Amino acid sequence: MAKHEIKSPIPGTFFRKPSPDEPPFKERGDKVAKGDTIALVEVMKTFHEIKADVEGTIVSFPVEDGEPVTAGLTIAELD
Amino acid sequence: MPAQRPIKTILIANRGEIACRVNRAAKELGLRVVQVVSEADVDSLAARLADEVKLIGPPAAAKSYLDTDAILTAAKESGADAIHPGYGFLSENADFADAVEAAGLIFVGPSGDTIRLMGDKAAAREQARKVGVPTVPGSDGVIADMDAALELAEAVGFPVMIKAAAGGGGRGIRIAEDAEAFRKLAPQAANEAKSAFGDGGIYVEKVIERARHIEVQVLGDGRDVVHFFDRECSLQRRRQKVWEEAPSAAVDDDTRKRLCDAAVALARSVRYRGAGTVEFLFDDETGAFHFIEMNTRIQVEHPVTEMICGTDLVAGMIRVCAGAPLGVTQADITRQGHAIEVRLNAEDPANGFMPFPGVVSGLKLPEGEGIRFDHMLYEGYAIPPFYDSLLGKLIVWAPDRPAAIKRLQEALVDLEICGLPTTAPLFAALARNADVQANAVHTRWLEPWLEHAADTLTKQGETTT
Repeated sequence: MAKHEIKSPIPGTFFRKPSPDEPPFKERGDKVAKGDTIALVEVMKTFHEIKADVEGTIVSFPVEDGEPVTAGLTIAELD
Repeated sequence: MPAQRPIKTILIANRGEIACRVNRAAKELGLRVVQVVSEADVDSLAARLADEVKLIGPPAAAKSYLDTDAILTAAKESGADAIHPGYGFLSENADFADAVEAAGLIFVGPSGDTIRLMGDKAAAREQARKVGVPTVPGSDGVIADMDAALELAEAVGFPVMIKAAAGGGGRGIRIAEDAEAFRKLAPQAANEAKSAFGDGGIYVEKVIERARHIEVQVLGDGRDVVHFFDRECSLQRRRQKVWEEAPSAAVDDDTRKRLCDAAVALARSVRYRGAGTVEFLFDDETGAFHFIEMNTRIQVEHPVTEMICGTDLVAGMIRVCAGAPLGVTQADITRQGHAIEVRLNAEDPANGFMPFPGVVSGLKLPEGEGIRFDHMLYEGYAIPPFYDSLLGKLIVWAPDRPAAIKRLQEALVDLEICGLPTTAPLFAALARNADVQANAVHTRWLEPWLEHAADTLTKQGETTT
């Protein structure tokens, strides 16, 4: 199966955790279902959930937690 | 009397449209302007307007615009003698105000102690009561135990608001509809306040179902205080103001005088220095008003007051904080006509107000008599996604309210911000609305209206982008 990329639809700051004190939504190797929340992007003080648009297994997170992202940037790769 | 401390160089510890606004006031006063910027704001309009730009950190506000040490270092390196905090960020942070003064610089705002007193919303309520200013029925100060709190909530009558003492500006508020909800929500609110503000103190206020938000602008020099009349900001979404007017068309002159006198009494009781706003809820049915909180800074909506009073509040606050006396008496301050401000945010009103920063590919600003646009835009500017979505404020003035609404409609037609969605279509729709035209609104009017107005906003959005 080809790798599937999940992209951020908006620019902002990328977060893998629902809040700083909580564990990440997903880890590498986790299976995800369509509609699962993978990460948050904070844009102008509003948090936007990034959801999986297909089912699969997470291969990588190309962006570090807390880093800025641009619209269209890949934030997770699924297998 | 405090000694005059002349300012030659002022550092602006803020960004966006308010940094540009402070810059303009500073230039009028003949001051040199130092602008601090995060890495995301190097190309901002505020940076372009400044005499000197100091980079203070990465985009995240916690590491730049909220970093006291970085700002004080920039002030020292650039030879600034004063710091203007704008609104938001460190503007109501008492420790920051103290640190600025301890570094031998002027903080353009009240003393740290005044910010501390008024920033504790429960203590501010007590102070208001002490000077005879009516407050919203509720608890005396911070609630110590939950059983007593419940008894009090039952006494004032549900629904009640549970508010964080360290909150303000609409943050940290919960509404309990009945005793059962109160038992669940009050401890939650206390925990949340503890983690969000570092202070778990909460207090209780009765919910006034149909209230207007009316506020009074004050300016003090640490000895005397004057007011610049009232504003009405009843059109709110998620407790954030979107449309503001001066004066309120809903209060008569007798009520206006009582509101303004109450605000001055409160500010005078704390020997207020700088520009401040005393906020009230006004009940149309009973004609009663209740103090809610005081904001110890310049506010977003200050231009409507400037338009009706013909004054520069930002220059005024800089002057008094440099030790100059007010220089005006209450009798000197008059008002004329009616002003309206609308907040242009980088949000799509047709899509749940989703914020979307983009590049300003084209810009046409409305011009003419009675039109002012305070903003941070230029053609080609890439709006950074890291801060709030306010792009600018369209302010109109006319001899009366209907004429001001008409002028707003015309100015909105002339305004073009291309490349990104803005809240302009919302204001075009509101200006056409019969309730808005009749000023038959209250703080909970806008949100229900938005639910069935979404379709018209979509159509507007398509024609203007």
